[in-house]
Amino acid sequence: MKYVDEFRDPEKAKVLINEINEIAERLSVGRTRPIRIMEVCGGHTHSIFRYGIENILPKSIELIHGPGCPVCVLPMGRVDDCVKIAERPEVIFTTFGDAMRVPGSKKSLLVAKAEGADVRMVYSPMDALSLARKNPDREVVFFGLGFETTMPSTALTVLQAKKEGITNFSLFCNHITIIPTVKAVLDSPDMQLEGFLGPGHVSMVIGNAPYAFIAEHYKKPLVVAGFEPLDILQSLWMVLKQLEAGEAKVENQYNRIVPEGGNDVALEAISKVFRLREFFEWRGLGSIDHSGVQLTDEYLDYDAETKFSIKSISVADPMSCQCGEVLKGVIKPWECKVFGKACTPEVPLGALMVSSEGACAAYYQYGGIEIDNEEEIVEEAVS
Amino acid sequence: MCLGIPGKIVSIVDVEQQLGLVDVGGIQREVSLSCVAEEGQPLEKYIDEWVLVHVGFAMSVIDENEAQATLAVLTELGEMQQELQAMQQGAS
Repeated sequence: MKYVDEFRDPEKAKVLINEINEIAERLSVGRTRPIRIMEVCGGHTHSIFRYGIENILPKSIELIHGPGCPVCVLPMGRVDDCVKIAERPEVIFTTFGDAMRVPGSKKSLLVAKAEGADVRMVYSPMDALSLARKNPDREVVFFGLGFETTMPSTALTVLQAKKEGITNFSLFCNHITIIPTVKAVLDSPDMQLEGFLGPGHVSMVIGNAPYAFIAEHYKKPLVVAGFEPLDILQSLWMVLKQLEAGEAKVENQYNRIVPEGGNDVALEAISKVFRLREFFEWRGLGSIDHSGVQLTDEYLDYDAETKFSIKSISVADPMSCQCGEVLKGVIKPWECKVFGKACTPEVPLGALMVSSEGACAAYYQYGGIEIDNEEEIVEEAVS
Repeated sequence: MCLGIPGKIVSIVDVEQQLGLVDVGGIQREVSLSCVAEEGQPLEKYIDEWVLVHVGFAMSVIDENEAQATLAVLTELGEMQQELQAMQQGAS
């Protein structure tokens, strides 16, 4: 067997696959379309593709790869703003490596760097803060990105900067928040989903309680899941069991990492430093109310948008790019007109091709291998 | 970015700033322990513990089995090398 044997506990994986098959078969009676389950998190998307999970699932289950790749949903206008800030002579622009190649309307940060802008990759916002300490005559800007997983690190860094009275450090804040995003997905008429795999490390920070409305109001099951293939299979099985029992609950498969109430220190730092924006624009999805955060008035001195008078302009995605439809699960990555032709991981046109957590890049990297072996893997998995 | 990486706390660097030195795959760097430190407990208590590190911040104390399993997944996802490179770059 090509993949299942590589799992941490292959025997358990086989049992889960059999159970999933059986429940899916019972649930499929009288259904005209597959059972659609969305994994919200880009880390799950990557793992699902790497381990060929879709190919060991029955055809009656369709995984929808959600909008949980922060790099992939960065709109072009924001990348243009980054480039504008980075090209100022006094600025050292610091960013996670993932964001370097995201295309703006004219150029990416990588191109700006090649043209002479002082753009530096950092591992942590703390590295950006130490650059600010070492370079008091320069303005160090950190490109804050990500959901609640990385939000505490940025918040704690801003708190530290204020504590030390460092004034040449600021944040270009593009952090996004998970709950309004999932709500937008649930309210979108394009998406008819039966349940969710909830993000693991976002939940480590926010806990499980914020998802309650999905079960109570929308009557959909959500299972917070780990990233190993076995975690994903088990979480899918838990969603299916709820569906079969006609239940909608929030369950936590990843309780070895995710505490019920989240992380208090992280949540406190977030609430001190950030407040919700009225709206935030997403690549491919348009504007989503309250989905982004910005610095609170108390920390406005650390806001790069204020410091450099950045007026964000919304820029339309390239006409040929169908990232939005892929993000919503309306089309599959390989159904996009430019997939693998004008748009590749080397020269990405759309953001979903940039990061390994993006559905298109993940499919480009692993997809072909799986298709070739699909029949063999399915046969072996159930045998 | 969202997967994080397990590392083992080697020593405490700065008690006030709650910074520890963490060994991740042979690379050592400063990591903030503020999200895992319990109030009123000495930071030294965490030496030799495994933590899940996200962009320079320990976010969860984990056991060694979990750490090894996560390292294996990261290696298979091709994220291990990427994270280590980023870490090294940031430390310089």
